[in-house]
Amino acid sequence: MPRQRKPKLAVWKFASCDGCQLSLLDCEDELLTIAGQVDIAYFLEASRAVVKGPYDLSLVEGSITTPHDAERIQQVRRASRFLVTIGACATAGGIQALRNFQDVQEFLALVYAKPAYIRTLAHSTPIAQHVRVDFELHGCPINKRQLLEVISAFLHGRKPHIPPHSVCMECKRRGTVCVMVAHGTPCLGPVTHAGCGAICPAYQRGCYGCFGPKETPNTASLSAWWRHLGIPPSRIVRAFRGFNAYAEAFRQESEVHAKQND
Amino acid sequence: MHVIERDALTALFVALRQRAFRLLGPTVRDGAIVYDELASPADLPQGWTDTQDGGTYRLVRRNDAALFGYAVGPHSWKQFLHPPTVRLWQAQRDGQSFHIRAEQPEQARFAFIGVRSCELHAIAIHDRIFLHDAYVDPVYRARRENLFIVAVNCGQAGGTCFCVSMHTGPKVTQGFDLALTELLTGERHYFVVETGTARGAEVLQDIPHRAATAAEEEAAAAVVARTATQMGRTLHTAGLQELLYRNIEHPRWDEVASRCLTCGNCTMVCPTCFCTTVTDTTDLTGAHAERWRQWDSCFTTDFSYIHGGSVRTSARSRYRHWLMHKLATWIDQFGTSGCVGCGRCITWCPVAIDITAEVDAIRTSEHRAAAEGKNDANA
Ligand code: SF4
Ligand code: SF4
Ligand code: SF4
Ligand code: SF4
Repeated sequence: MPRQRKPKLAVWKFASCDGCQLSLLDCEDELLTIAGQVDIAYFLEASRAVVKGPYDLSLVEGSITTPHDAERIQQVRRASRFLVTIGACATAGGIQALRNFQDVQEFLALVYAKPAYIRTLAHSTPIAQHVRVDFELHGCPINKRQLLEVISAFLHGRKPHIPPHSVCMECKRRGTVCVMVAHGTPCLGPVTHAGCGAICPAYQRGCYGCFGPKETPNTASLSAWWRHLGIPPSRIVRAFRGFNAYAEAFRQESEVHAKQND
Repeated sequence: MHVIERDALTALFVALRQRAFRLLGPTVRDGAIVYDELASPADLPQGWTDTQDGGTYRLVRRNDAALFGYAVGPHSWKQFLHPPTVRLWQAQRDGQSFHIRAEQPEQARFAFIGVRSCELHAIAIHDRIFLHDAYVDPVYRARRENLFIVAVNCGQAGGTCFCVSMHTGPKVTQGFDLALTELLTGERHYFVVETGTARGAEVLQDIPHRAATAAEEEAAAAVVARTATQMGRTLHTAGLQELLYRNIEHPRWDEVASRCLTCGNCTMVCPTCFCTTVTDTTDLTGAHAERWRQWDSCFTTDFSYIHGGSVRTSARSRYRHWLMHKLATWIDQFGTSGCVGCGRCITWCPVAIDITAEVDAIRTSEHRAAAEGKNDANA
C-alpha cells in the first residue's frame, strides 16, 4: 500500500552502553531498506541531522538514572506516537540497577573526587516506570532479527511476533543437549524470556538471563533445584543479579537468597 | 531369525546407502547420546551407556563394546519426521495482487538406525495423527513414506523407562524393516536379526548373514526379557482415565504447579507431542510475506490464547492439561494413550517432575481417603 508520507523514526538514548542502538546499525543488509521505509529523524548514533518531532516511532534505549533524564523521557513520550523500549536497561534498569541494592552515596564517594557535583538518582529504573510504553523489546543486547520484526510489524500495523515463553523452547528446537540435566550446570533458561535463540547452552554454558524474566517465571522452584544441585545462595544471588537484576521476578528471587548464608 | 556378526554392520550401512538412504541414528555429542547423521558404524556410541533419573542424565562408560547399550536420550525421531521449524509458503506482492508459492516438501529417504520399541509406538501414534486422519500432513508424509527402520530390542532399560507399564516395549513387535538384538558373549559380538518387511529381507540379502540357531534365538529373547524386569519407573494404568477425570480439582495439581517451571521441555522431548504454532511474517517493505510452522507447547500462555486472552494462565491448568492429554483425553481422541513410557519428560524436566509420581500421588490420596472413609464407618 503506498503510504502518504514515510513514518518518522527516532532513537533515544538514556543511561546505557549503546549496544542496542548498535543492533540497529548492525542490520547492515536491511539498513537501506529501513531508510527507504522510514524517515530516520533522530538518531545521534548514526547521523547528526536532527528533525523536530513529533515522531511516529520512538525506540528508547537506556534507563533513568538522573533527574534530568526523568524530565527528558516525559518530553520524548509527548513527542512520540509509538514508544518502544529496547534492551535490558530500558526495560529493567540494566546492569546499572545493581546500585538499587546498595547505597548510591557510598558509590559516589568512592568513584568521584567531588561527589557533591554529581546529580544522580538513588535507583536506576526502567522507562515504563516513568511513562506509558507501547512495547518492550528485551535483551542485553536485543536481537537484531527481533528489532526488525518490531519495526516491520509497526510499519504494517500488525502485532510483533515476539514470543514471551522460555529460552528452553528455543534450546530444544535447535536440538541442544540440556546443560542443566546432562552436566549439572545451573541455567536460567527455564525462567528467561526467549529471543536470543538459546545461544549459551549451545556453547555448553548456562543461560545468563539476558532477556529477563519470561511470562510466568517460577524462579523459586528453579532456585530450589539449584540448591539441590549444590549451588550456594551467594551464587544464586549473583545469577539473578545480572543485566536484569531489577526486573521484578529476578529482584525478588535474589533478595530471598541474599538473606541466606552459604 | 538370522544372525549377523558385529562387523557386518558396515555392510548394512553400505547396503542402505546404496539404496540412497540417509542414515540417522545415535551418536555421542555434548555429553549425551543424540540422533544425527551416521557416516559409518564408528559413529555409534560404542562402549557408552547412560544413567538417568528425574532431571538428571549422565553418560557413563560401559565395560564392553556394545553399540546399543543405553536407553533413549534427549532427541527423538520426531525431529526428522516432524521438524521443529518449517516454512509452509511464501507470498509476493504483485502490483495490486499477490501470488503464493507453496513449499513443495522434498521426498526424504531416511534410514533410522537403532529405533526402540517405545519409539516405534510413538511413530505409530504420529502416523495415526498425520496420515490417517481427515487431513494428511504433507511435510510428515514426504519424510515418512520412504522411511527405513532398523529397530533394536533394548538390552537394558533406563532409569526413567516404563514401557512395560504402557505395553509399548521393550520387545520390538511392529513397524520395523529389520530388528536387531545385540549380543555380547565373551569373544563373540553379534546380532540376532528379525525381518519385518519384504524390503528389510531384501536388504538383509546384501549383508553376510546366516540362520540363527535355537540357542541364539533363546539368548536374544532372554536379553529383552531381562530388560523388561529393569524398568526404572512404573505407571499403574488400571482405571487411569477415570481416576484422572474424577480428580480434575485435586489439590495435587497445585502442588505440582508450585514446582513446574512451565518451561515446555517435557513437551519438546516427548516423542508423541505434536503441537505446532503457525506464524506469519512480513518484511520491511511489505512486498514479501512468509508463513512458518514451529513446535509449540501447551506450557506457554500463547498456546491457549483466544480472543480476549489466554485460557490457561495458571501453571496448574497447564500442567494438568498436559498430563490429562497424555494419559486420558488422548485415548478419547486417538484411541491409544499419548504416552509410550519412554521416560524423556522425567529425565529432561529441569526440576525432575515425574508423570508417574504425579499419577501415584493422586491414586494414593484416593486410596487413603477410601481407607479413612472405611475407618470412619467402623468407628
Ligand atoms: S540448557 Fe538451559 S535453556 Fe536449554 S533446555 Fe536446559 S535449562 Fe532450558
Ligand atoms: S509423556 Fe513422557 S514418558 Fe510418556 S511418551 Fe511423552 S516423554 Fe515419554
Ligand atoms: S522405554 Fe522401553 S523401549 Fe523405550 S528405551 Fe526404555 S526400555 Fe527401551
Ligand atoms: S513439567 Fe518440568 S519440563 Fe514440563 S513444563 Fe514443568 S518444569 Fe518444564
